Amino acid sequence: MIFDYETFKVIWWVLVGVLFIGFALTDGFDMGVGALLRYVGRNDVERRVAINAIAPHWDGNQVWLILAAGAIFAAWPITFGAAFSMMYWGLVLTLFSLFFRPVGFDYRSKIADPRWRNTWDWGLVASGVIPPLVIGVAFGNLFLGVPFQFDEFLRVDGTARLFGLFHPFAVLAGLVSLLMFTMQGATYLMMRTDAEVYARSRKAAQFTALGVFVTFALAGVWLWAGIDGYAITQEPPHDSLPNPVAKTVVPMAGAWLANYVAFPPAMLLPALGLLGALGAFLLARANRAVLAFVCSSLAVAGVILTAGVSLFPFVMPSSTNPNHSLTLWDSSSSHLTLAVMFWAAIIFVPIILFYTFWCYKQLWGKITVKFIRDNDHAVY
Amino acid sequence: MITETVVDLSRWQFAITALYHFLFVPLTLGMTFILAIMESVYVMTGKQVYQDMVRFWGKLFGINFALGVTTGLTMEFQFGTNWAYYSHYVGDVFGAPLAIEGLMAFFLESTFVGLFFFGWERLSKQAHLLVTWLMAIGTNLSALWILIANGWMQNPVGSEFSYETMRMEMVDFAAVLFNPVAQVKFVHTVSAGYVCGAMFVMGISAWYILKKRDLAFAQRSFAIAAAFGFAAILSTIVLGDESGYEAGDVQKMKLAAIEAEWETHPAPAGFNLIAFPDQETGTNGLEVKIPWALGLIATRSLTEEVKGINDLVEANTQRIRNGMQAYGILLKLRQKTATEAEKAQFDTLKADLGYGLLLKRYTPNVSDATEEQIKLAAKGTVPWVAPLFWTFRIMVASGFFMLMVFGLAFYYSAQKTAWHKPWLLRLAFYSIPLPWIAIETGWFVAEIGRQPWAIGEVLPTFLGTSTLTEWDLIGSITGFVLFYTLLLVAEMYLMVKFARIGPASLHTGRYHGEHADGGHAGAVFADKLNDHV
Repeated sequence: MIFDYETFKVIWWVLVGVLFIGFALTDGFDMGVGALLRYVGRNDVERRVAINAIAPHWDGNQVWLILAAGAIFAAWPITFGAAFSMMYWGLVLTLFSLFFRPVGFDYRSKIADPRWRNTWDWGLVASGVIPPLVIGVAFGNLFLGVPFQFDEFLRVDGTARLFGLFHPFAVLAGLVSLLMFTMQGATYLMMRTDAEVYARSRKAAQFTALGVFVTFALAGVWLWAGIDGYAITQEPPHDSLPNPVAKTVVPMAGAWLANYVAFPPAMLLPALGLLGALGAFLLARANRAVLAFVCSSLAVAGVILTAGVSLFPFVMPSSTNPNHSLTLWDSSSSHLTLAVMFWAAIIFVPIILFYTFWCYKQLWGKITVKFIRDNDHAVY
Repeated sequence: MITETVVDLSRWQFAITALYHFLFVPLTLGMTFILAIMESVYVMTGKQVYQDMVRFWGKLFGINFALGVTTGLTMEFQFGTNWAYYSHYVGDVFGAPLAIEGLMAFFLESTFVGLFFFGWERLSKQAHLLVTWLMAIGTNLSALWILIANGWMQNPVGSEFSYETMRMEMVDFAAVLFNPVAQVKFVHTVSAGYVCGAMFVMGISAWYILKKRDLAFAQRSFAIAAAFGFAAILSTIVLGDESGYEAGDVQKMKLAAIEAEWETHPAPAGFNLIAFPDQETGTNGLEVKIPWALGLIATRSLTEEVKGINDLVEANTQRIRNGMQAYGILLKLRQKTATEAEKAQFDTLKADLGYGLLLKRYTPNVSDATEEQIKLAAKGTVPWVAPLFWTFRIMVASGFFMLMVFGLAFYYSAQKTAWHKPWLLRLAFYSIPLPWIAIETGWFVAEIGRQPWAIGEVLPTFLGTSTLTEWDLIGSITGFVLFYTLLLVAEMYLMVKFARIGPASLHTGRYHGEHADGGHAGAVFADKLNDHV
């Protein structure tokens, strides 16, 4: 197994983070393109330019989301059940909106009727706006604590809420997430399009990059000044068998910033989020599409890592009974399962990255209005 | 509060979304392989018509694939949203194959499916062929891992219950991987998918031939599908038989229920061809038996018995009593008041803990269950006999009927006379729904036959749910049914539309009904093509 149990627990915390970042970077720009579809494309052919910039790749990108969920299932099974059932309506709405993507992309171009195409357009917009918003709101709720606890057999006891999720801080987190995904989409479109679609994407990139900068900074200030965190005061050793009800946790002001106090270099992560957004803004302004996309990606990684490190070692705190909060120490799978999946990830992630890059390389280039007109029946 | 209604609605939602997802998956499994075969022929022969075949059938495949992706997402999320306790209780074992499926298979399939559709102009012939094969391999590997997960639900090997973490934990990954039930199910299921793809291509091709259009295109498609389908249906039936043998080994109750075998008969047992099972009295109305057949299928011997339902219930009653004891000790273990002797006793009893949990449905304190409740729980270990009996027979009958259809189609297309037999072409066309009937009833047999267990003899289904209200479920089921219906209407509309247009939808100017640039030039070219290729 090469690593001890405690190390594997940390490795899987990192890997889940990596999968979330993979999702936000790649599916992020697909969703961003969806969200911007009606803005960057003023007519059908322009919208097809935007759609075809992601058409061959969106399905592969979506697997990051599936894999992130699957990894949580396998690495933190109790968290998977507790988080997904307690955020039932958020997840169900996300699913419903995601239904529009495969069919939106594939079916849209098959019939030329404007009503048909407009309907799928709005479906694609919904599938680009709702998931990032809900995922952001869900993350926001992690900082506020989720009302659940466990019974003696570790069954979740709580109520799946819909409107309860929309605390103002959670809404702000949702906005950060939505703006971040849209910024990815806008900078991606700058790389892959020209003419009007490019010009509008550039505008959108600047607006969303600034938006990420402002909302992310605001969320940081709010977290520091107005949100109580949770702190562990007593816990079993980290390498013990996972038992999420064996520790003592207290709500404490400023606890979400404790990791930065304890380990100041971690401050680089929020800095990366802010500077990346700023860089994306400036480079989009300067018409440097590729660099703007790189900065945008760095910002996305910075924001997600900031959220993860602030919560560490928590993965889902409980507001009903803080002692029952889930941490990476006490919600993990068994040593063997973590080891087996570690090897699977070590072998397959490089292979996945290799062929994904190969696919992008094969199909790279600007999608133009002329290209769509010339390939009317072969493209989406 | 988890009520019986919440449990029922959760099960309904899972069944609806799974059956619906399973409308698209088998066609994807079969089509990716057929496309890869067609494209291999294209690369080897260089004949344009084969590339057109890949592109046209690929178009129909794409329409189907979109809904497969759409509905697949639901399946994964649903374990967390609706089966939270299940996720906790078995995620350590069940989650791993799902995650590995993503890493090893789903990424491969999903990444290359994009290149399959959009890479024609950018890739060399050979590179594109490789892409198509990788997509097909990814799809099939995906099925492998899903069925390893499902096989573990049927026959939970390689794992043990841990009272410290209050869940099943993996102890032997190789055992989970090489679970005999999973391996047999995998081959049976993917073969069924190949049958589905073959019937789809063959039936639609038969229709073109009947209409006397695009003959060169349609005859070649027909011949490939007939050959592939014939091999696939043989494999499906043989592996289905193997499934029955495995069930006789590890899922005795499921087998007995499928056969409506209430009493244990002296070996070799007869096979009920027709019966009208009565769940209440534990007997059959009318029975038509084939002597010896069941004994042969289930045990491959003339001397071994096949246990009847009533005897299995009797045996389960004892296991429920053991389970009650195990549960009593588990409570003490959780409260850390158990003695060493009790700990040792728990280890001997814990294999029956699941049977004890069955009582949770009737009493919160399993340890003090009454005789009446034990009897109810034991009776509850029998799945729905009559529906299983009949769905199984529908599946098998469809299978053998398809064997005949593919047999004839393969024989006559090898003789090159199939195109002149309208009865055969009509038979192929009207057989298109059969694979779906067989597949959906097959799902029913496999999963309803597993009841009352979510994980065989480990976790009762009703315990696995999330803490949700009835209204949560009514809301989500309404949403699923509404969206799924709308999507299915759009899918069927496009599928029928493009199947009707045929290869002309490629706009190459070579096919039936195309008037692009020069009136009948297209049709003339098509005739030329018919002469030459």
